[in-house]
Amino acid sequence: MKRSWLPAVITCGVILFLFAPLGVLVVNSFNASRFGGEWEGFTWNWYEKLWEAGEVWESLWITLKIAVSASLAAMVLGTLAAYALHRFRSWLQNVHHMLITLPLVMPDILMGMSLLALFVLTGIETGLLTIWIAHVTFCLSFVTMVVLGRLQDFDFTLLDAARDLGATQAKAVRKVLLPLLLPGVLAGGLLAFTLSIDDYVITFFVSGPGTTTLPLRVASMMKTSRSLPMINALSTLLIASTFLVAVCSSRLQRRL
Amino acid sequence: MSAESCSGRQWLVTLPSLTWLAVFFVIPAMLVIITAFRPADLQGGVGPGWTLATLREVQDPAYLPILWRTCWLSGATTVVCLALALPVAFQMARAGQRVRQVLLLLVVIPFLSNFLIRIFAWKSLLHPEGPLTKLLIGLHLIPENAVLLNHAGTVLLVLIYTQLPFAILPLYAAAEKFDFGLLDAARDLGAGPWRAFSKVFVPGVHRGIVSAAVMVFVCCLGQYVIPQMVGGTSDEMLGSKIAQRVFSDRNLPHASALAGGLMLAVLVPMVVIVLWQQFGRKEAE
Repeated sequence: MKRSWLPAVITCGVILFLFAPLGVLVVNSFNASRFGGEWEGFTWNWYEKLWEAGEVWESLWITLKIAVSASLAAMVLGTLAAYALHRFRSWLQNVHHMLITLPLVMPDILMGMSLLALFVLTGIETGLLTIWIAHVTFCLSFVTMVVLGRLQDFDFTLLDAARDLGATQAKAVRKVLLPLLLPGVLAGGLLAFTLSIDDYVITFFVSGPGTTTLPLRVASMMKTSRSLPMINALSTLLIASTFLVAVCSSRLQRRL
Repeated sequence: MSAESCSGRQWLVTLPSLTWLAVFFVIPAMLVIITAFRPADLQGGVGPGWTLATLREVQDPAYLPILWRTCWLSGATTVVCLALALPVAFQMARAGQRVRQVLLLLVVIPFLSNFLIRIFAWKSLLHPEGPLTKLLIGLHLIPENAVLLNHAGTVLLVLIYTQLPFAILPLYAAAEKFDFGLLDAARDLGAGPWRAFSKVFVPGVHRGIVSAAVMVFVCCLGQYVIPQMVGGTSDEMLGSKIAQRVFSDRNLPHASALAGGLMLAVLVPMVVIVLWQQFGRKEAE
């Protein structure tokens, strides 16, 4: 039967629409022209300028510290949550499931606003700790969803088999469940890591003095036209690393 | 997996995430609503006592056009995103294993790319000295002095651009489970491709359509970075006002009243949907 070519054409158009602006950004990071309207020759100049911009690397360091610690915490909490949601059926899990789902559909600005209200009213100074708390909170639901997806494919009779062969419950979990679940947990962690690195809105609400993460730095750079070509260079590096993370993550999810 | 009463072990594995979300999600959300009834103090905090003054301030008719703009921009973004995402999800689900994986990766990369960078990309593309403006002027499609930035249309375009992956991913998840044999059956019975698509495929993935629509619409409602960066002063959305009240006016109760209203508008229908789905799941079992 003849298939319509229309969906294929729309798909190509959408992919082009999604990538064209990013492509222009990448090309312009090598463009000697400041505004990138025309090609004025190849240059490494913007990358050199970026290399010398110490405050950008300082922000990157802060961002990485938060992303690694927040995604580790979210991995532990999210894996436990996914296990509980999958293993048990009760009113408790219904409440639990609702609490895990709601942050996924909560607009960023409301999450930032409500955490700010919490910190202002309890008198907690905003800074690294508050950013970390905010990041763990929004990453938790995403990790839970990814791990839950993995658990649904998991054959729980393997655990019974381990118990029959004499393993204790704890040992069965450690030696059978966790290794098989690991790709899912890592994929969830990787997603949390990228979400944490990218977050601007929530971080903006709960950041304090001296905690300018990379997205906050990019936003302040966007206000001065002098540093615009440097953002092109920085963006190219970030897009390249996103690409690597996405490829790694899709490899992880395919295994098992 | 039988229905069991809440054992100690269940509490043990549930408690960490449950406590975390109660302390850092539920309580803060309630605090926002409570703060709306507290007076502001000059340091950007909350003064002692209780007041209804903020609620009266929020009923300012100046908010009406902003509310209306927020709704129509979010609605239009949702409709366009769904219209584009449906055929993409259809194509992805029908493609072979390899093509499907490549397409999925191509959708996920912009989804994971930095939000600010994607807005910045459009900002430099549409800049008066930028490549797109120059190209369109070169082709005589727009007048020489046209400004592409700072319109409500620009905000809509960038909203669609940033939200499109959020629409494609849930639709793809639904389309992947769709039985495409049904489509062939419809075609065998004489339906044209459009009729088969709209009468068989679209109803078949209605759950995915609902979650994609909710995801996109709700995300748009809270936007403030996009109108701030590519829109003009007359393109503000509700989120812009919330951010202004927090960071420029330093009036936390006023911001809380606005945010609280938005929160109720988002969360109440959501809780109803989740409860309804859980009820449905129980029925199915």
